[in-house]
Amino acid sequence: MNKNGVTPVIEMRGISKSFPGVRALNDVSFAVEPGEVHALVGENGAGKSTLIKILSGVYQPDAGQILLNGATKSFTHPVQSLKGGISVIYQEFSLLPERTVAQNIFLGREPTRRGIIDYAAMRAETRRVLDLFGAGTRVDPNAIVADLDVATQQMVEIAKAISLNAKVVVMDEPTAALNEAECEVLFETVDRLRERGTAIIYITHRMREVTRLANRVTVLKDGEVAAQFDHVPKPGDIVRAMVGRDIADFYAPFATENEIGAKVLSVRNGQNDRVSNINFDLSAGEILGFAGIQGAGRVALAMALFGEHPFTSGKVRLNGKTVAFTNPRDAIQAGIGLLPGDRKGEGLVLMQSVRDNGMLTARAFDTLLSSHKANQYADLASMDSLLDAMEVKASSYDQDIGNLSGGNQQKAIVARWLALKPKVLIFIEPTRGIDVNAKAGIYHLMRDLARGGAAVMMISSDLPEVIGAADRILVMRAGTIVDEFTHGATEHDIMLAATGETEVAA
Amino acid sequence: MTDQPLSSAEAPKKRALPHINPVYFLLAALIAAILLQNPNFAEPTGYMNFLKRAAPLAILAAGQVYVLVSGGFDLSVGSLITLVVVGSSMLTNNDPSATLWVIPVMLCIGLAVGLINGLVVCFLKVPSLIATLGMMITLTGVSFMWSGGSPRGYLPDTFRFFGRVNIMDIPVIRMLPVALIVLIVVGFALYWLMHRTNFGRMVHAIGDNPQAARLGGVPVNRVRILAFVVSSLSAVVTGILLGGFAGVSTDVGNGYELQAITAAVLGGAQLLGGRGSVPAAIAGALSLQAIFTLLNFLGLPQPVRQVVQGLILIIAVALAMYRRKRTGR
Repeated sequence: MNKNGVTPVIEMRGISKSFPGVRALNDVSFAVEPGEVHALVGENGAGKSTLIKILSGVYQPDAGQILLNGATKSFTHPVQSLKGGISVIYQEFSLLPERTVAQNIFLGREPTRRGIIDYAAMRAETRRVLDLFGAGTRVDPNAIVADLDVATQQMVEIAKAISLNAKVVVMDEPTAALNEAECEVLFETVDRLRERGTAIIYITHRMREVTRLANRVTVLKDGEVAAQFDHVPKPGDIVRAMVGRDIADFYAPFATENEIGAKVLSVRNGQNDRVSNINFDLSAGEILGFAGIQGAGRVALAMALFGEHPFTSGKVRLNGKTVAFTNPRDAIQAGIGLLPGDRKGEGLVLMQSVRDNGMLTARAFDTLLSSHKANQYADLASMDSLLDAMEVKASSYDQDIGNLSGGNQQKAIVARWLALKPKVLIFIEPTRGIDVNAKAGIYHLMRDLARGGAAVMMISSDLPEVIGAADRILVMRAGTIVDEFTHGATEHDIMLAATGETEVAA
Repeated sequence: MTDQPLSSAEAPKKRALPHINPVYFLLAALIAAILLQNPNFAEPTGYMNFLKRAAPLAILAAGQVYVLVSGGFDLSVGSLITLVVVGSSMLTNNDPSATLWVIPVMLCIGLAVGLINGLVVCFLKVPSLIATLGMMITLTGVSFMWSGGSPRGYLPDTFRFFGRVNIMDIPVIRMLPVALIVLIVVGFALYWLMHRTNFGRMVHAIGDNPQAARLGGVPVNRVRILAFVVSSLSAVVTGILLGGFAGVSTDVGNGYELQAITAAVLGGAQLLGGRGSVPAAIAGALSLQAIFTLLNFLGLPQPVRQVVQGLILIIAVALAMYRRKRTGR
């Protein structure tokens, strides 16, 4: 029992968890009471997802205990936590797209009558559950899930959780894929759930949602509880706890006018099946940010420049010369580098050493039969000093890179490009899934590169990051560039341009 | 590599602990078992003949490692061996001087087979398992067609020199099979190519994560095709050695493709690519040969040998998968 005399539905005490190479959680405690929204905030890599996976039985903690209604429980499988009344709604939904809403909600526990599925009862119960949180008018139990928009699919997930009698509903960044209007619908749903006495753990890193929804706030940073608030504090307090330092030196300073050099890259009327009417210039010494919602064409633009999915028409000039790359190798040869957004899927060769990952591109452009130890771009010693300079933490550079933390892995990929001294370096989601201090490291690294004369393109879905790190911001929507901001733009302005709405719901 | 100490992110840099591949312990244990069964094995005639018998498989396994590490399979090597033996007997036609040009011709055939395998996998996007299975059936057919079903019985002694002859009267070791010299030379070349060149590191990279390799500028297709070529060329060398001490027949290479894969996996090669070692594959081949030798001593018939080989393949892969799961990769 806590000081209010209420037994928390769920309480986690002193949870610790390590993975090879990273300490994901260290002595984390937190509790949720019925009828409250407890916001769990923290940067990517702060340990939020790990904590939830422990709560739902996907991982087992190395230390600490979980109390459900005051009784110690240990979940070794997600089904057990589900039976205990804990429902997790992940960012990727677990719905079957080609089935109806009712079929999804009762998947695996369909009501039967004389051994035959009782569809009428199933529909009636689905409607009842949906009405409980006011979604009855919005969702038809007979609709096929694939036909529903993302917000409605989310409601189906919530309905599924409620019909399973969930006492605790965990929402993992539920607004990530929603537009503004859909967000508001979600917030109302959360309010209804709270009124019904459901405890909600709401994971987010958006301050606006915390202010709008939360009763209490726990801030995680680097796997530890950085702050816990019994009220909703000012956004600045949360951010300070999340970042662990002042925002001022979290990002590197912007480029001064002298630092911006000659035009390196220019694109005119670039077009392919994913992007259209692309026009922009990029100068040496500049960090150009690309903002926009998922699917706005930012990554497609990068892949077009990099030759992976080339422009079919338009003109690209690199250092004054017209170029048209049809594969990444040609683009690299001409001086363009790219750090993919999906680090594990597209960036790393996971079973190879840190050093091999760093040397990858340098070796790819050397003769096949010459020694792997040295080439015109790098040798093992210079690679080691690059890695040293970036403070890559590994027990040895011969260690498999798979065992390193996300931030250190990212640095090794940056090292891969540094060896080749590219003229243009494209970062896609450079800080996704890496811890806060490593993030700051990456921002400063990008700035150092720009100061060294490279032109940097930075594509990020993390709006504060784009605003904090980029000298100039282009906003993309529906495959084309719709707006441009210099630094000093607000999130609000950029979101308006990115979503194309005239006014963003506050 | 898989059992390095788990590093905490803060750990200071230090050299990784040396890691000895378990296949070497396996090989040592098997040799000890053979010595217990048959003390004569310690004599040069004992172990030299063992190495001579094992040399073809060892070379084949060392070549197969290239394709395995690149993320594929090469099932065509067994039938390529047959083609080399049958084709050589047809071309030499009992003329001892023909060996001189027949061997280069065979290497060219191997080159062509490897190129076709690689091109089919890279550009027609046929999975390597199927592409090389098709090649296997095709080459078996070619061998039959070429020889009319009943190959002429002999290869000239000049051709059989590589597989059969022992150089005698050498101090200490007394005899040295030419096949062993071939193994040492080819094995070292394949080791150097895989573990000491850019090409070898890129074979690892494309097998580990082809998309990452591509985006990193690795010429993925070129590297993959060359891996198939290396495997095919090693099969040609294997065929030349086997032609030396086995007779000419249309089933001389049967089953060698799976023996080679088994040997490579025993040596720790990762079946879906990204990891593997030439010396360990050679040790795997020697281990497999040692197991067969033991079964022989025990008087077990040929079918048992197949059962054992099948079980070894499954167990070795299961162990590798278990180890991978345990280390979270």
